[in-house]
Amino acid sequence: MPRPTPFHSRTSRSCESQSWLEWSGFLSANSYELEHIHEYDAVRTACAVFDISPLYKYHVHGPGSAALLDRVLTRDVGKLPVGRVSYTTWCDDQGKLIDDGTVAHVAPGRYRLTAAIPTLDWLQDNGLGIDAAIEDHSEALAALSVQGPTSRAVLQRLADADLSGLRYFHELETKLAGIPVSISRTGYTGDLGFEVFVDPGWAERLWDELLEAGQAVNLRPAGNVAQDMLRIEAGLLLIDVDFVSSSRTLFEVQKSTPYELGLGFTIALGKECFVGQEALRREKERGPAWVTVGLVLDLVALERVYAGFGMPLHLPERSWNEAVPIYADAERREQVGRATSGTWSPILKSYIAIARVSPRFGRPGGRVFVEETVEAQRFAVPAQVVELPFFDPPRKKA
Amino acid sequence: MKDQYDAIIVGGGHNGLTCAAYLARAGKRTLVLERRHVLGGAAVTEEIFPGFKFTVCSYVVSLLRPEVIRELELARHGLHITPLDSAFVPMENGDRLAIYSDAASTREEIRRHSKRDAEVAPKFSQMMYEMAFAVKPILGTVPPDPSRPGLRGLRTLRDLGRHLQRQGQRSFHDLSKLMTMSVSDLLDEWYESDVLRALSALNGIIGTMLGPKSPGTAYVLLHHYMGELDGAFTAWGCQKGGTGGVSEAIASAARSYGAEIRVEAPVAKLIVSRGAAVGVALENGDEIRAPIVVSGADPRVTFRKLVDASDLPAAFVEAIDRFKFRGSSGKVNLALDALPIFPAMKDPALIRGMIEIAPSMDWLEHAYDDASHGGFSRRPYMDIVIPSTVDPTMAPPGKHVMSIFVQYAGYDMPDYGTPAQQREAFGDAVISTLCQFAPNLKDVILHKQVLTPFDLEQTIGLSEGNIFHGELTLDQLFCFRPAPGYADYRTPIRNYYQCGSGTHPGGGITAGPGRLAALEILRDAK
Repeated sequence: MPRPTPFHSRTSRSCESQSWLEWSGFLSANSYELEHIHEYDAVRTACAVFDISPLYKYHVHGPGSAALLDRVLTRDVGKLPVGRVSYTTWCDDQGKLIDDGTVAHVAPGRYRLTAAIPTLDWLQDNGLGIDAAIEDHSEALAALSVQGPTSRAVLQRLADADLSGLRYFHELETKLAGIPVSISRTGYTGDLGFEVFVDPGWAERLWDELLEAGQAVNLRPAGNVAQDMLRIEAGLLLIDVDFVSSSRTLFEVQKSTPYELGLGFTIALGKECFVGQEALRREKERGPAWVTVGLVLDLVALERVYAGFGMPLHLPERSWNEAVPIYADAERREQVGRATSGTWSPILKSYIAIARVSPRFGRPGGRVFVEETVEAQRFAVPAQVVELPFFDPPRKKA
Repeated sequence: MKDQYDAIIVGGGHNGLTCAAYLARAGKRTLVLERRHVLGGAAVTEEIFPGFKFTVCSYVVSLLRPEVIRELELARHGLHITPLDSAFVPMENGDRLAIYSDAASTREEIRRHSKRDAEVAPKFSQMMYEMAFAVKPILGTVPPDPSRPGLRGLRTLRDLGRHLQRQGQRSFHDLSKLMTMSVSDLLDEWYESDVLRALSALNGIIGTMLGPKSPGTAYVLLHHYMGELDGAFTAWGCQKGGTGGVSEAIASAARSYGAEIRVEAPVAKLIVSRGAAVGVALENGDEIRAPIVVSGADPRVTFRKLVDASDLPAAFVEAIDRFKFRGSSGKVNLALDALPIFPAMKDPALIRGMIEIAPSMDWLEHAYDDASHGGFSRRPYMDIVIPSTVDPTMAPPGKHVMSIFVQYAGYDMPDYGTPAQQREAFGDAVISTLCQFAPNLKDVILHKQVLTPFDLEQTIGLSEGNIFHGELTLDQLFCFRPAPGYADYRTPIRNYYQCGSGTHPGGGITAGPGRLAALEILRDAK
């Protein structure tokens, strides 16, 4: 049975919809109201708070901490200054992606790694002989994500530190309403936003203080349904949806590499030996079998499909996470990839999808056809290939 | 000497800007001339009181054509609409009616008023959606002249006829009713709850100097059902930063295609040479020449102010003079120190939606009668939104802006003295009526902006303060808008075009007239 997070007494009080998802064994709200759209809007217009406590969190410290992480992660952790955070991937020795997360250099020689799946044994196994301690803080740290254009304003109302100096992918320790926290300028929405790590004993008070302070700038709690639309707009991948962890499948066909997923920028091939390095080097030379791109569906064409049934254009109210085929042609003769998640984007007024296609169809500006099922009949709707992310406002990094 | 511009647009309202964007996109060197210091016409945001942004006139968005959003890539240029999906009506007896975004809550709420209506309401909505779907193709159609349709006009009429035929007999009957009935009679056929009838009638009278019992109001209702947001019919929303943000987005698109936009550049006259427009004269005496001139102003300004009557056929002048403007509404915008408290509002989330002061059918009809005999309703109908509850950029943290659309208010208020006195009396009536439902309001007002129809005419240029550039009654729609024979965006003067809400498909932030006019202009230019 899923367990409550440290914020559950608060999130459950607000969760009118009673719609919960099991996330790593915890209860996680899908949406607080029956409809998720106001939660989505809050992130793009004001700000929202997500309970992200179910993330796995590890602290690695000791003289060999950087060496250990450098052996496991694809990023060059040794070059990460104190106070910096980096988005990273890690792979198996075949170069197949296991998971992604963020690594923060929180204090000299002390790092915090977040992960979507349990990673303690992988760190331990790869750390043999390295003088570093690995602690699983998954339950020793509660976490909130505060995202949206007014997120900084609401946190600043409570913070001791001046947050205007906290740059994108940086982190600091401070107090919010007297509560000790770590705040990193990171998130999963592609907007201005912060992730706050706190001792679970303070969780409920932090939630109350945040919601109280947030009233003046229209902060509201938000759940997974809104989150998924936001992360697709931001071009951010989701494990078990846009890729399958190589540690969780027996089948080669389901595995993928960071290069295929557009995550090549996380791979520091030139650093000292790390897991998967050789395979990744070979793949880089050879070129990936797939490329990950954004697709923007042609609404006029989709409208025409609906008109064939005498119906007005119908757009999905929430994101979808079931892969659909991508074709080279309208007749659906040649399949050239798959779209792994998609959504109507209210902010972009576009129907978008994240897709993995054969490299010859991956050029921005090119055209492919996405399978759409209308009234249980299959159609191929043209879509334009674009670069990810779809949505990238200046305030994200400003 | 070669002209510097291919086209001049008179007026930087949202339709003028739309027309400019389409012309510039097609490669025309386009100049927009706006009289005021700020773009948008009636779709404008202004910081009237420091720190508070007012959606001075138009305040919600729904009818903006999806093809315009797509073709001009408005999302990329800053279009950002958040949905308004609840409505709250406080009643005189302390009760309320609320409509929620989810069907189950709405049904439960209507059940408190009438069990039957709770079941009927979804069917009524369905009928209205069906009708909106049936007439939707008309919105994107250039009105033909039925007396001289030509080949293209015949084709249009044939296509529309076929489309309507396909809708089936029942739909045809429903449509005939909508085109002819009063909204009150229409709703009597559906609902028994008075407050639900009152709420449902509002879109039938808004912006129109007709009471709910006047025939023709059912169509105005339908007009407001033709909006869509993200594929959902009849969805309304607020633009981030106020409706001026929509105009800014269109202006940004226009500039991206190379259009030039000048503010504080009032146009005095159209320059006509041998029956054709050749440019405009500004109020400062400058003359700018171009082979195409388009007016985004309303028909009275377009033909009776910018043009001499001698340049127009007498019958046309007469038709324009008969075109009914008759402003029916005013606007009050408030800067608030705190949220108003409506004791009847049990669910605090409703403050983020529409708030309707329309407690009964009698209230609406009395408001109309009152205004018909003296100027304005002393207890008016009001359509209220507090956009700062969703969009924190509208007001300082914890403070709010309240947009109050007030009906009825006539252009003439003979009983109330000078325009300043009229404004004062009108504003007082609004606040005192509203305080009946939200008593703390008077204690939290930091600043008040009051606009009577006269003020709308003086500041925005809307003749007689009509928000739609002329009433949306059947005799002034489609091929009659603004005059028979000139509903296709052309005018009796060659190379002079019209693209404002006084042309099809009419008022509201639709951008429809601007787009269709541009497409016609480009057709002629070929």
